[in-house]
Amino acid sequence: MRKTLLLCAFVLAGMSASAWAQEEEPVAPYEQSDANAGAQPITDPDVLAAFHGREGIVRITNRTIDLALADPQLGPIFQPFDMVRLRRTLNEHFCYLLGGGCTYTGRDMRAAHAGMGAQTRDFNLLVRHLRTAMEEEGVPFRMQNRFLAVLAPMRSDVVPR
Amino acid sequence: MKRSFRFMKNVLWAAPVTVLALAISAEADARPLVWGGKLPLTRGVTSIEGGTGAGLATWAFIAGNETEDGVGASAFYTGIPLSDYDFTAYGAAIGLYDRIELSYAHQEFDTGSTGGLLGIGNGFTFEQNIFGAKLRVLGDALYGQDSWLPQVAIGVQYKQAEHGALISALGGEDDSGVDVYVSATKILLGQSLVVNVTVRATEANQFGLLGFGGDREGGHTAQVEVSGAYMLTDRLLVGAEYRTRPDNLGFAAEDDGFDVFAGYAVTDNLTLVAGYVDLGSIATFDDQNGAYLSVQIGF
Ligand code: HEM
Repeated sequence: MRKTLLLCAFVLAGMSASAWAQEEEPVAPYEQSDANAGAQPITDPDVLAAFHGREGIVRITNRTIDLALADPQLGPIFQPFDMVRLRRTLNEHFCYLLGGGCTYTGRDMRAAHAGMGAQTRDFNLLVRHLRTAMEEEGVPFRMQNRFLAVLAPMRSDVVPR
Repeated sequence: MKRSFRFMKNVLWAAPVTVLALAISAEADARPLVWGGKLPLTRGVTSIEGGTGAGLATWAFIAGNETEDGVGASAFYTGIPLSDYDFTAYGAAIGLYDRIELSYAHQEFDTGSTGGLLGIGNGFTFEQNIFGAKLRVLGDALYGQDSWLPQVAIGVQYKQAEHGALISALGGEDDSGVDVYVSATKILLGQSLVVNVTVRATEANQFGLLGFGGDREGGHTAQVEVSGAYMLTDRLLVGAEYRTRPDNLGFAAEDDGFDVFAGYAVTDNLTLVAGYVDLGSIATFDDQNGAYLSVQIGF
């Protein structure tokens, strides 16, 4: 009886600890590669500076995800998925593409969005939220466009045809 | 005249058939139909001939806020008070699956007191109706940022001018005509630029208001429309355009046109354009220019 109680206590402690550390759910294995990012990084340091480096990029990705979750159209699409992982992988994605020197460890764009049923309208909604996040970070419009020019062709992988 | 009618009839037939085919293929994809979805300004504004474009030039964009998963529409009113005339145009367009555009425009060219000087009476107004159909055939202006390929559309405009008797007295061959064009539009997102080139086969005199073909020259000639715009924000852009035009009538020379403009997407459904246009000499009155205003709604 004492043993069982002790075990229970350990399990409970373990569960709350993992909840505290915000552990990611496991995903099916895939090959990790920067090529999964789907584009070559921007090498112009002025762009990275305009995004306020890695710290600015963290703020922008988190804000974009927050806005998407709060969006009546996009929210229900994002909510069922692992947002702990997405905050990490989307940040890596943006950081890699903006020349922040990060490694991208997520899946490729086609695999990541397969079966989600995203439409061009949804893609554009996410672009609007990303614009808002970049605007709030004070990224100049021309620099926002430099980044969006890299993301735009990913529509064909995010939106199934 | 007969030939152009038959051509137009073929086009009018082809459009609904293509629409039906697209509707069926959209059904097969089982993607839900949705309203709206385009980003601000990417439905363009409306050219004076009723199709998506800027001011004088037609672009390869498709009317309405719809994406490939829906239908949309737009309506416009443009007022251009020139030095000696008043030019107004209004109309509407529908966009199907961001693929097909069907448009209508009515143009009025009020000669005001200049009409008296021309001997056709004060306030005499030239008018025409323009029916347009446009099909996107290639490329994507916005999403194709990894390619130099522009968005390409082909289109046809059937123009029916009023006052046929006066038009022939002025030397015009016909009071109706067909323009055929190819438009290539590209958003150079990394440069915050939009560029467009349109090549148009036309025999229209002053867009068709003074008829088609003339005593000096007849038949279709290739004319060019070039536009460039710079995006200041995702809702505000400034640009300039140049459009070459035929010179068919013996009694009065016709010049190329140009304009500069600023377009502002006040909301996703309302765009305002303010500009300055110069159309050169019109019906013997030189230096026809002026500030203009255009209002466009779309959904
Ligand atoms: C420019 C557009 C987009 C980019 C750059 C992008 C990028 C990414 C990245 C890097 C991941 C992480 C993949 C991984 O963790 O392995 C991801 C996952 C995800 N994306 Fe996107 N995405 C875009 C558009 C969209 C749109 C339009 C939607 C929904 C309407 C969407 C919904 C999601 C969701 C729900 C996940 C989580 C999938 C999972 O965990 O299985 N994304 N995206």
